[in-house]
Amino acid sequence: MSYVFDFPAVFEHTDALLAGTGRTLALTAIGAVIGIALGIVGAVCRAWRLAPFDRLFAVYVELIRNTPFLVQLFFIFFGLPAIGVQMNEWQAAILAVIINLGAYSTEIIRAGIEATPKGQIEAAQSLALNRLQTFRHVVLPPALLKVWPALCSQVVIVMLGTSVCSQIAAEELTFAANFIQSRNFRAFETYFIVTAIYFLLAIGIRQLMMQIGRRLIARRP
Amino acid sequence: MQKRTFLKAVLATAVFSAGFSGLAHADVLANVQKAGVLRVAVPQDFPPFGTVGPDLKPRGYDIDVANLIGRELGVKVELIPVSSTNRIPYLTTGKADLVISSLGKNPDREKVIDFSIAYAPFFNGVFGPADSTVKGAADTAGKTLGVTRGSVEDLEFTKIAPPTVNIKRYEDNNATISAYLSGQVQLIATGNVVAAAVNERTKIRRLDTKFLIKNSPCYVGVNKGEAALLAKVNEVIAKLKKNGDLNQVSQRWLQAPLPADL
Repeated sequence: MSYVFDFPAVFEHTDALLAGTGRTLALTAIGAVIGIALGIVGAVCRAWRLAPFDRLFAVYVELIRNTPFLVQLFFIFFGLPAIGVQMNEWQAAILAVIINLGAYSTEIIRAGIEATPKGQIEAAQSLALNRLQTFRHVVLPPALLKVWPALCSQVVIVMLGTSVCSQIAAEELTFAANFIQSRNFRAFETYFIVTAIYFLLAIGIRQLMMQIGRRLIARRP
Repeated sequence: MQKRTFLKAVLATAVFSAGFSGLAHADVLANVQKAGVLRVAVPQDFPPFGTVGPDLKPRGYDIDVANLIGRELGVKVELIPVSSTNRIPYLTTGKADLVISSLGKNPDREKVIDFSIAYAPFFNGVFGPADSTVKGAADTAGKTLGVTRGSVEDLEFTKIAPPTVNIKRYEDNNATISAYLSGQVQLIATGNVVAAAVNERTKIRRLDTKFLIKNSPCYVGVNKGEAALLAKVNEVIAKLKKNGDLNQVSQRWLQAPLPADL
């Protein structure tokens, strides 16, 4: 093997790598917050059988969980303009991430809500809490706590999945990698560095979300 | 490495045999007119210049040009399907009288054979809708332009692009074309053959040439030392350009008029 490694050739494009990393993180953050919120709404509708929303969410969940993310993204970006819905690559990417995470987190959070013991809800009712109060104080926090590790994993999966947004020219981290590679042909060096960045991002996001779970939901210091 | 050595070998063979074939038939034009047959090397695997039709006969831009030249010379045309690697050896070894096979000019080839005047446009350029007023790289400022990442047109356009043009780089030609057809970008940079294929298959949004990025038109290849034949071919091509026959061929296969400066 006579390949000479040239990592400085990649570091010439540090700006592009940093910008790409920032955009990947921003896309993930927006997608995670709105996606999980959507998931909570969906989970409640499904767990408590709030007609007709429970049926609507059931269809939505099945539709999204049984189709590839890339195809969903292409449909939004290339397909919807045909019926007059024009979105730029970032709007399309954010929408796709929200829709995708919303469907998965609906199912994850629903499992947590359905695992709430009946006795707890009856106890809340006997304390004269109304339905919303019961949900806010008695049902949601323990439900989220139970499924929080699964939810963290799903957010990490979505973050890694945002790499396909490079296909619609959204200039996130994978786009930066492909761009750099198309200019210096240093495939090994470029993808090695970008792989390392994704790895660190994934570890970091997981740690951050576990912290959020501990502080905000379990309210432990 | 291997490919280069192979190319050199082919080229060497071509140069070597060119020396002999020059002697073998001194005046190809006279021979052609005597025999009443013009043998033309044409592509069979490069649409729209040359493909095999449903009737298993060659068809395409180059085949039409071959037949037009035959018509002007008053002789029958015998088409010889060739590939892009053996089209020049077919000419230099005397198996064909002319090569009409989307042949571009470069200094290495000019050492081996002679070229006629250009007969077909072949270029990378910026394409957009008919009502777009873009006429040069500077006019793309502030516009959104799609291109296939890492392609020749990407690298070349990036060099001349104004700072405010928003270049969207897509994974492959298909995504670039889809981005244009769905209105995600206002212009795209691609090859004229790609644009022709798109215009032929869909009427959603037409691709008109706005300006050229890199031009490499096609020429008819003629053996060295065949001044009479070369002069005749040039005369015929000039005539076909003037009387509109070549423009018709361009409209038929490239869905675009012949560029005025060709």
